[in-house]
Amino acid sequence: MVRLGVVGLGKMGLSHYAMINAHPDVKVEAICDSTGYVLDVLSKYTGVRTYTDFDVMLRDIELDAIIIATPSRSHGRMVEAALNENLHVFCEKPFCLDIAEGEKLARIATEKALVNQVGYHNRFVGAFQEVKRLLEAEAIGAVTHVLAEAYGPVVLKPKGSTWRTQRTEGGGCLYDYAAHPINLVNWFLGAPQSVGGSVLNKIFSRDTEDEVFSTLYYDGGKSAQISVNWSDESYRKMTTKVTLWGTQGRIYADRQECQVYIRDDLAVPAGYQRGWNVRYTTDLTEAVWFYLRGEEYSAQLDYFVRCIEARANDNVNSFEEAVMTDRVMAMMIADAEKRPSVTSGIAPRQAPGKKFGLLFGGRKAVS
Amino acid sequence: MERLLFGDNQFFGVNHMSEEKARTQMMRFQELTAVIDVLDNAYDEGVTSFMCTTHDRIAMVCDHMRSNPQRYKDFQFLPCMPYAHKYANAVTEDGMVGALKRFLPEEGIVNAALRGGMSLARKDIEGITTLLVDAEMKMFAGLNTPVIFLQNVVVDLLLGLDFKAAFRIFADHIKSRYNAEPGFITMNMPKLLDALEEVGIENPIVCSNINKIGFRMCGGFEAYERALDEKKFRAIAMSVFASGAVPAREAIEWVCKQPNIQAIVFGASSKTNIRNTKLLVEEFWRLN
Repeated sequence: MVRLGVVGLGKMGLSHYAMINAHPDVKVEAICDSTGYVLDVLSKYTGVRTYTDFDVMLRDIELDAIIIATPSRSHGRMVEAALNENLHVFCEKPFCLDIAEGEKLARIATEKALVNQVGYHNRFVGAFQEVKRLLEAEAIGAVTHVLAEAYGPVVLKPKGSTWRTQRTEGGGCLYDYAAHPINLVNWFLGAPQSVGGSVLNKIFSRDTEDEVFSTLYYDGGKSAQISVNWSDESYRKMTTKVTLWGTQGRIYADRQECQVYIRDDLAVPAGYQRGWNVRYTTDLTEAVWFYLRGEEYSAQLDYFVRCIEARANDNVNSFEEAVMTDRVMAMMIADAEKRPSVTSGIAPRQAPGKKFGLLFGGRKAVS
Repeated sequence: MERLLFGDNQFFGVNHMSEEKARTQMMRFQELTAVIDVLDNAYDEGVTSFMCTTHDRIAMVCDHMRSNPQRYKDFQFLPCMPYAHKYANAVTEDGMVGALKRFLPEEGIVNAALRGGMSLARKDIEGITTLLVDAEMKMFAGLNTPVIFLQNVVVDLLLGLDFKAAFRIFADHIKSRYNAEPGFITMNMPKLLDALEEVGIENPIVCSNINKIGFRMCGGFEAYERALDEKKFRAIAMSVFASGAVPAREAIEWVCKQPNIQAIVFGASSKTNIRNTKLLVEEFWRLN
C-alpha cells in the first residue's frame, strides 16, 4: 500500500485526490490546502485528516509519496521539501517557473532514485501515444514540421482575477494552455534549438496573455509552430491537437482520434495501410480502474503508483522532461519581449503620403 | 420509466469519436428549430422521454414544450445536472467559493439567499446542494420530470472523494421537493452501487456505459456483468454503441440480452436513425 498525501485542493488537486483515493493500492493519509474551506467540508463529511501547513503535514505523517497541485510558484519549495523526506513526487504542470530551480529538483530526484512525474496528461492520451509509436516506426518518414494547437473557452470577457490569470503565479494562457502542446512537441521532436516570432497577446485579461503563437526551430530545417488561444468560445472545452508533416505522409491527432496518411508502402506499420488510416479513442484507450474526467488523468496517476511499487525509474513526464517544457516557455517569453524585428529584414513599404508615428519619426531624428 | 430514452449529446457537440463530427452537429443544431424537429421525430415515434443536461439551451426547449402543452402532453424530461463546464469555467474565473456563490440564487426569495449564505458559512453541504439543485431545476418548472439525475462528473468526483453523504442529500431532496426519482450517472457503476447501498439508497436508478466491448466500463466488464446479475438496482444503459465502435444491430442485440436493464438511452440526429433504433430494440425487447 502506497501511503500518499495531496497538497493543493483546487480543480486539479481535488480531481487527483478523488482518483487516487479510489486507487486500490493507495491509502491517502492526509490532504493539505492553505485555505480551509474545501478542507473543512471534506473533513466534516469524509473524515479525512487535513492540514493547512505543508511542513507540519510532512513532519506529522509517515508518507511514501505526495501529489503537489498548488500554483506553480510554490512548487520549487514544496517539491524540494518532499524530496528531502525521500518522498516520490507527482507534481502538477507547469513544473517550476525558475529553470535553475527545476534543474536542481530534477537532479535531486534522480540522485535519490525517487519516482518523479509531472501532470502532462496528454502523454497518456491513446491517440497521442499512437503518434509517438508511429514516429518511432518512422511511418511518415522524416518529420519536417509540426503544428501543435490548443483552444478553449477560459477567459471570454475582461473580468475576474485568480492565480490562473497571473503569470507570476504560474497562470495565464502560456503556462495553463500552451504548456500542453509545447510538451507534446518536446515529446515528439525533443528540445528546440531556438524560438522565434513569439506572440504573447492579451485579448481580455489584464495581467496575462490570452493567446500564444511561436515557432520552434530544430536541427536540419525542422520546425514546429505553436498556436494557442484560451479565449475561443467556439470550442466547448479545451481541445489539443497536433499535425505532423513528414517526407512519407502526415499525421493528425487529437484526444478522440488519430488520422494518418501514409504515402509509401515500403515500411507501413502493422495494422496500417497506404493512404488514409483512422484510429479512434475507443480502440486506442486502455481501461482504467476509475474514471472521472478522461482515462488519461487516471492512467497518469496509475503509472506513478506502479513506478513506486516497482521501484522503477522509468519515468514518463519526469522532472527533467518538464524542465524542458519550462525552458521553451521561458525562451518564448524572452522572445516575445524583444518585440518583432521589423527593420532587420525587408523594410515595410511606406504608404504614400502617410507619416509614420512617433517611433519611426524619433529614430530618424537620431540618425 | 420508459424503456427507450432519448439523449442530448448530439445537440451539444459531444461526440466521443470525432471533433469534426461534433462540430458538424453543433452547426446543424445551432437553431432551436433543428433541435425541436428531431425531438418531434422521436416523440412521434413514441420515444417520449428526453434525458437532457441542464444546459442553457435546454431552457429554450422547455419554453417550447410549455407553450404547446397539448402537442407534448406525454413528453417527459429527465434532467441531468449540473452542466459541468459551466461550473468548471466559473471556478477558473472566480475560484472555488466564488463560483459557488455565483450559482446560488442571487435575490428574490430572501429565505433562499439566507439559506445559501448560512450554508456557505457553516460548511453545511445540505443547504448548498439543495440550493444548487433548485437553481438547476428552475427551467423545468411546470414540466413533467419523473427522474432527476446527478451527472457523472459530480457523481464520480463524490465517489472518489468518498463523499457518500452527498448522494443521500441529493436523493432525499429530489424525492421530497420534486416528488421524483433520483438517478445517478456514473462511469464506475460497480463501485457506485456499493456506495449507494452504504448510505441506504435502495433499488437506485443508475445510468452507466453498458456495451459489448467494455468501453468506459470502469471496474471491468466482469464486475459489470456481476452487478447486473446480482445487485438490486435499475440499470440504464448508455453508450451501447460504444461511440460507433459496435454496429447498431449487434450492439442492441447484446444489450437487450443482459439482465436487469430497465432502459436504454441513445442519441440520434435523424428520423431514420431514431426509427431504426426503435425497431431494433422492439425486435430484441418487448417494449411496454
